[in-house]
Amino acid sequence: MNKNNLILYIGILIFGLAAPYVFPAFKVQLSILCILIVLAITWNIQGGEMGYNTFGNILFYGLGMYLCASVQVGMFFPLAEWTESGGEKTFVHTPAQFFQGMAAGLVVAAIVPTIVAGLIGYAILGLRGHYFAICTLGLGVAAGEISGGIEIIGAGQGFTTPPFPNVGSLEARGEFFYFLSFLVLVLTFIAVKAIYTTRFKLILNAIRDNEDKAEAMGIETMKYKIIGWMISAFFCGLAGGIMGGLVGYIDSTDVAFDGREMGVFMVLMAILGGKGTLWGPVIGATVFHIFKEGFWTFFLGWQYVALGVLIVVIVIYFPEGIMGWLREKYPERFGEVVDEADRKAQVEIK
Amino acid sequence: MDFLVFQYPMITVQACLDGILLGVLFALIAYGMALQWGVMNIINIAQGDLVILGGYIAYFMYLYGIHPAWGVIVAPVIMYFVGIAIYKLVINKVVDRDLFISILATFGISILFMQLMNFAFGADVVLANSGYGTTMLFDSNVVLPNSKIFSAFISILFAVCLVIYMKKSKLGRAIRATAQNARAAKILGVDTEKVYAATFGINAALCGVAGALISITFTIHPYMGLPYTIRSFMIVIVAGLGNLPGVAMSGMGLGVFEEFADYILGTEFRIGSVFLLLVLILVYRRFKLSRKREYLK
Repeated sequence: MNKNNLILYIGILIFGLAAPYVFPAFKVQLSILCILIVLAITWNIQGGEMGYNTFGNILFYGLGMYLCASVQVGMFFPLAEWTESGGEKTFVHTPAQFFQGMAAGLVVAAIVPTIVAGLIGYAILGLRGHYFAICTLGLGVAAGEISGGIEIIGAGQGFTTPPFPNVGSLEARGEFFYFLSFLVLVLTFIAVKAIYTTRFKLILNAIRDNEDKAEAMGIETMKYKIIGWMISAFFCGLAGGIMGGLVGYIDSTDVAFDGREMGVFMVLMAILGGKGTLWGPVIGATVFHIFKEGFWTFFLGWQYVALGVLIVVIVIYFPEGIMGWLREKYPERFGEVVDEADRKAQVEIK
Repeated sequence: MDFLVFQYPMITVQACLDGILLGVLFALIAYGMALQWGVMNIINIAQGDLVILGGYIAYFMYLYGIHPAWGVIVAPVIMYFVGIAIYKLVINKVVDRDLFISILATFGISILFMQLMNFAFGADVVLANSGYGTTMLFDSNVVLPNSKIFSAFISILFAVCLVIYMKKSKLGRAIRATAQNARAAKILGVDTEKVYAATFGINAALCGVAGALISITFTIHPYMGLPYTIRSFMIVIVAGLGNLPGVAMSGMGLGVFEEFADYILGTEFRIGSVFLLLVLILVYRRFKLSRKREYLK
């Protein structure tokens, strides 16, 4: 890591820590931004590095959300009575119970989706290309439909997560969730950055470029695909758990397994930023979130129309994303040696 | 969860007949899916939303006092032009690209249509009442609405017409030639761009027919599109591209499966079981192929 990079990282860290105090009105938006970046980064492990375009990471996100809330409630109170209508008003968490429950819930929300990813990974990751995409799309929607029929987690009427206890100032809730999501973002970024410096990333790229050849070279592709998915699931589960507490209300198809919104967002953010890069998802998620919030307030009611148009425009006109565009414009910055003659020859071939 | 199905055999008959009549409709939608997949190599996630849009056309005719059965004629005509418009605006830019691009782009169209329909027609579950009455079979133990029989009959009629059209007409030959080898077809003077547009239009028209029939026999709702897409995708991967009897059979099979899932698991798990079945079918085929060290292509 050279000096410029170090300054950049420290700057971002300071900005991240100071943000809730600089923009106190946008704490919830900033927390959601952190979650979105985590989702985009984890999607990029599959979609960008491994070449497996998944719509199914929403499964782990929703699973984490339900698990975290269930553990947080179930540790102290009967879960079935809580999810009955009005149950959340009968039982009140003390501050200690709330934080203990949240901590335990997040641990479960991270570990169980990881195990689930490992278990279903062998079956699902054997599919390739669009079959994988459609299969994971089906998986996410099926999870939403099925969880909407299970009584103990609130079924169709939803699940209210424990309200934040009355500690500290009025700002405490926003700050707590912001720093929690920022922590997860930093953890995710460090973990993914560390992974991307190892041979593991090269193997993922080999799988993306030519899986059969990678296999022929003696790489156990299935093992690495599953490990990659488990890493994604771990952080998606964490993000989901925090998001559940932040939103305060879990609905099976509109909040948790929201394939139509969050499930597409993560794909879109990674593509917008540039898939297959470390910074692409981060930039893409930030730009997307700002853009989306602008749209959501200016086009109130028309947001999904705008979203649909946005998806079509991004996919058709910017499939390489912001990083891809930068790379084409300034190849030297990306450490690519550009030979003018070579470039001309390529243009002619095209 | 009481297993009525096993206690009263007549319910089994009812579910089978219902499922077959429903499955014919699914097969019609899946035929459109197979057509565009085979010819243009795109997977259209907005397929189900085109179906629902066709349904709303019939529903509006019903609202304005025209018998909704005429929607079977009107909906495909309107939907054909809708299909051409979608092709000109979006699809022609994704035809020769990666399949995932087409999946995402049509996902965007799907969200767009869903929301526009929600604005235009409201979020209520509606149906167009055809007033066809019912048919009783087996001492009134099995009740079949005549509208379902009508819809199955019309679907078969349209499918047969289309098959003959594809075999005999000039455009049909051009479409089949493009499906086999787009480049060679181009060399031999087929305007593939026109063929693609026509294919997408025909697909949208088929969706329109199916939608009009669905609005008569079942209910429609702006957000109900995606299950129809998944069903048609499932039928196509079970049957394979270009296997018409297979499409018909697996469509009916899916219909029967759904009716039984409805009776045994309960209506709230009906859609979930469809999506789960898709996952299971794909996983089953993946394991079957992996023994030969192959994968689904």
